[in-house]
Amino acid sequence: MMVRAGRVPQASLGAGASRRSLLLLVVPLTFLALFFFYPLLTILRLGLSAVGESQPLALSSVLNPLGFTLWQASLSTLLTFAVGLPGAYLFARFEFPGKRLLRALTTLPFVLPTVVVAVAFNALLGPRGWLNLGLMALSGASVPPIQFINTLWAILAAHVFYNTAVVLRLVGNAWAHLDPRLVHAARVLGASPWRAWREVTLPLLRPSIVAALVLVFLFDFSSFGVVLMLGGPRFATLEVAIYTQALHLLNLPLAALLSLIQIACTLTLTTLYARLASRLSTPSAPRAAEEASRRPVGPRQRLAAVLLVGLLLVLLVAPLAALAARSIARLEPNRGQQTSVSAGLTLSYYRELFVNRREALFYVPPIAAVRNSLGYAAATVVIALALGLPAASALARTSRFGRPVDALLMLPLGTSAVTLGLGFVVALDTPPLDLRASPLLVPLAHSLVALPFVVRTLQPALASIPERLRMAAATLGASPWRVWREVDLPIVARAVSVAAAFAFTISMGEFGATSLVARPEYPTVPIAIFRFLSQPGALNYGQALAMATLLMGLTLAGILIIERLRLPGVGEF
Amino acid sequence: MQRNKAFFIGLAWLSFVLGSCMPAVPGPGSTPAPRTLNIMTHDSFDASTSLIEAFEQSHNVRLNILKSGDSGAALNKAILSKDVPLADVFYGVDNAFLSRALGSGIFDAYDAPALATIPSAFQLDPQHRALPVDYGDVCLNYDKAYFASHNLSLPLSLDDLTQPEYRGLLVVEDPATSSPGLAFLLATVAHFGDPGFLDFWRALRANGVAVVDGWETAYYTNFSAASGHGPQPMVVSYASSPPAEVVFADPPISEPPTGTLTGADMCFRQIEFVGILHGTPNRGLAEAFVDFMLSTPFQEDMPLKMFVFPVNPQAGLPEVFSRFAEIPAQPATLTPEEIALHRDAWIQAWHQAVLE
Repeated sequence: MMVRAGRVPQASLGAGASRRSLLLLVVPLTFLALFFFYPLLTILRLGLSAVGESQPLALSSVLNPLGFTLWQASLSTLLTFAVGLPGAYLFARFEFPGKRLLRALTTLPFVLPTVVVAVAFNALLGPRGWLNLGLMALSGASVPPIQFINTLWAILAAHVFYNTAVVLRLVGNAWAHLDPRLVHAARVLGASPWRAWREVTLPLLRPSIVAALVLVFLFDFSSFGVVLMLGGPRFATLEVAIYTQALHLLNLPLAALLSLIQIACTLTLTTLYARLASRLSTPSAPRAAEEASRRPVGPRQRLAAVLLVGLLLVLLVAPLAALAARSIARLEPNRGQQTSVSAGLTLSYYRELFVNRREALFYVPPIAAVRNSLGYAAATVVIALALGLPAASALARTSRFGRPVDALLMLPLGTSAVTLGLGFVVALDTPPLDLRASPLLVPLAHSLVALPFVVRTLQPALASIPERLRMAAATLGASPWRVWREVDLPIVARAVSVAAAFAFTISMGEFGATSLVARPEYPTVPIAIFRFLSQPGALNYGQALAMATLLMGLTLAGILIIERLRLPGVGEF
Repeated sequence: MQRNKAFFIGLAWLSFVLGSCMPAVPGPGSTPAPRTLNIMTHDSFDASTSLIEAFEQSHNVRLNILKSGDSGAALNKAILSKDVPLADVFYGVDNAFLSRALGSGIFDAYDAPALATIPSAFQLDPQHRALPVDYGDVCLNYDKAYFASHNLSLPLSLDDLTQPEYRGLLVVEDPATSSPGLAFLLATVAHFGDPGFLDFWRALRANGVAVVDGWETAYYTNFSAASGHGPQPMVVSYASSPPAEVVFADPPISEPPTGTLTGADMCFRQIEFVGILHGTPNRGLAEAFVDFMLSTPFQEDMPLKMFVFPVNPQAGLPEVFSRFAEIPAQPATLTPEEIALHRDAWIQAWHQAVLE
C-alpha cells in the first residue's frame, strides 16, 4: 500500500492513514491481549467466582485504601512536579559542567528496587542515618531529632525521589526541542518572561506535561513497596491491600475485587487522558537541542541554575550517595552506647560478594547476576522498542483508534503486579503458551511496564513533526521509507534513546513482578540484594548494600552509553 | 555427622562411577538421559551443592528448583496451578497455612519410612500428606550490650513486656504482611486466649511498641544490635538469628551481639512441611526426594543453609547452633485447625487494637 501523501486527495489520505495505523497496532495489541488481558481476566474470573463463598466484606475495607491511595498519589504527583518542572527547565535551557552526568544520576532512582530505596532513605534519614548521627553529634542529644521513617513524608519523599526522572525526561526533552525563536518573538513583541512562558511555552509543552502527569500519578497510584516499607503498617494503598489479601491472607476474592476497583480507576484516568491528549498536540518545527541551551548569563540566571542543581542533588542524589557510603563503611556501636557509633572504611563487603563461603546451591556470583540483569534489560529494550515504535507512530497520526488504544496501553502501569503475576501462573499454563517456567517471562513482564513509557516518550516527538515536512519530502519524490528515514528518524532519534534508557532502567530495577515470575537459576541483581537482606548478620547487610551500589554503577554506565549511541548518518535533533 | 555426609557422598560417587563403567556405546543399554524433577519452594530454600549433586547422580535426575516468592506466594501459586501442576514436590508450607494447603487437595499422601523416627509432635497431618522437615522458633531477640549497659534485667514473660522499664524498647512486625509477625501474634493468642490477647496488645501499645511492615525493616532498620543500629533493643526474630549473626559477622566475632528470650510462651514454633503434589507423573522420584530431605545428611545441612532446625532427631547440630541457639523449653503452639479458623479475625482485631 504505497500512499504518496502529497498526491492523494485529502479524504483517501485519512482512510489510508487509518488503515496503516491499524496495521501498525496489530503487534502491540496482540502482545497486550496475550500477556496482559488474558492472564488478568483469567485470575479475576477465578477470584470473583468465589466471592459468594467468602464472608461479607465491610465497605471500609475497600473505601479506606481507595481514599488513601488517591490522596497520597495526588500529593506525591504535585510535589514531583514542583521539583521536576524547574529541573526540566534547567536541563532544557542551560549548559553547565557535568550536565550529562547529573541527568544520568537523576534517572538512577528509577532503577532501585524498593527494598534498596528503603535502606537508602534509612542510611540518610533513619534513626541511625547520616543526618541524625550528625545532628546528634552536634547537639549532644541522645534521641534522634528527626523522625522520618513510617510517616506520610517518607512515602511522599520516596515518590518524588522515584518519579522526578519521569518529569525531567519527558518534559525536559520536549522543552529542549522547542523553537526558542517563538519565545524570542513574543519577548520582542513586548511580552513579559512570565507571559511568554504562559502563552507560548506552556501550551507547546502541555502534551508532554500531561503525559508525565498521568505516568507519575499512575506510578504513585499503584505504589506498593514504598508504602509498605517506608510508610509502615498504618498506611495501606489499594496495591498493599491486594498484596496482603492475595499473598498473606490468601483471600483471592477480596484481592480480585480490589484489583477490579484499581483497574476501573486506572482505566477512567487513562481514558480521560487519551481524550485530553488528542486535543492538545500542536505540531511545531522541532529544533536541535543545542540551539536553545546555553550557559547561564548574569547573576540571577547563575543563581537559579546553582539552586536547581543543588535541589536535585539533595533530593535525588543524596540518598544514592548515602547508600554507596554505607556500603564501604563499617559502623560499630560503642559498647552499649545506643547513641554513638564509630565508623571505619572497609571493602570487605565487596570482596565477600565473590566468595561462596558456605558452598550454597543458591550462591549468586555477582558477575552472573549482572549478566542476567543485563540480558533481561537488553531483551526488554528490544521488545519494548519493537512494540512501542509502531504503536507510537500509529498514535501520532490518527485519532480514530488512537484514544481507546492509548488508554489501553497505559493500563498495565496502574494494574496490580501481584494480581498480574498470579494471572501469569494460572493463564499461561497450556502449550504453546506454557511460559510459566520460561526465562522469557521476565522481559515480557518488564516490557509491559516499560511500554507506556516508551510510547509516551516517542509519541509526542513523532506528533511534533509537521505533516508538511513529510509531504514536502514526498512531493520531491521520496518513498515512504525514505521519508521515514530522513524526516521522522532524525527527529525521533533522541526520543528513541530516551525511551531505550527508560526501558533499560525499568528492567534493571524491577523486583515485584520479577520475584513472582523469575527462574531462580537466573537471579537478577535486585533478587540477589533481596536474598542478602532476608538473613541476619553484618555481612549480609553489607553485601546487600555493596550489590545495590554495583547496580547503581552499572545502570549509570548503561544510561550514559545509551545516550551516546548515535545512529550512523543521523544527526541528533 | 561428617562421617555420615562423607558416606553418603561416597555412596553417590560409587554409584556414579559404577554407572559410568557401563559400556559407553550409544543406543539401547546405555544410561538413559536424566529425568527432571521439579521442586516448588519459597525463596529461602538453599542447600549444599554437593548434596544436591549427589542426589541427582544417584537417581539419574536433574533437580529443577522453582523458587516461587515468599512462603505465602509460593503456596498460593501451588494452589492456583493445581490442575496443571508446576512441580512434583512442594516444600515450605508451615503450620499457619497447613490447613489451607491440605484443604485445597494439592498433596498426595506418602508414608515415608523416616516418619517412624520423627517425633509425633511435629507430625501435624495424621494422613501424611504433609511431612514435617524442619522447625524454627519465632522469638524475641535482644541487644546484649544495651541490656548490660543499662543494668536492665531481661523480660522473663510476655507480661513483663508491658512493664514501664521496657517502654519503647520492642519492635514487632505487622501480622498481616509478615510471617514472624503472625507467629508472634499467635504466641500471644496461645498464652492469653481470645480475646485476652487484645488486652495484652493494648497494654503493649500503651508501652510504646513499634510496628513495621516486615522482618527486613524490623531487624535492619529498627533493631539496635543489627547493622542498621536502630532505636529498639528487642525485635521479633528467630531463635536461629544469634548463630546467624556469628556466621555472617564482619569482622569475625566469637559471641553473638544478640540473645534470645525463651520464657514460657514467648516463642511460637513454626514447622515446615513437604508434600508430593497431586498428579505428578514422577511419583517414585518424588518419594525418593522426600526421603532425601528427611535423611540425616540433608537434615544436618539445613541449619547453616536455611537457619532452621532438623526434625530428624538423628541429625546433629553444627557447633555454632549448639552453642548460640537457645531452644525454648515451652514454645507456644496452636493447632493448624484453630489457626485456619480464626487467623483472619485475629489479625483484624489486632489491627484495630494496635494501629487504629
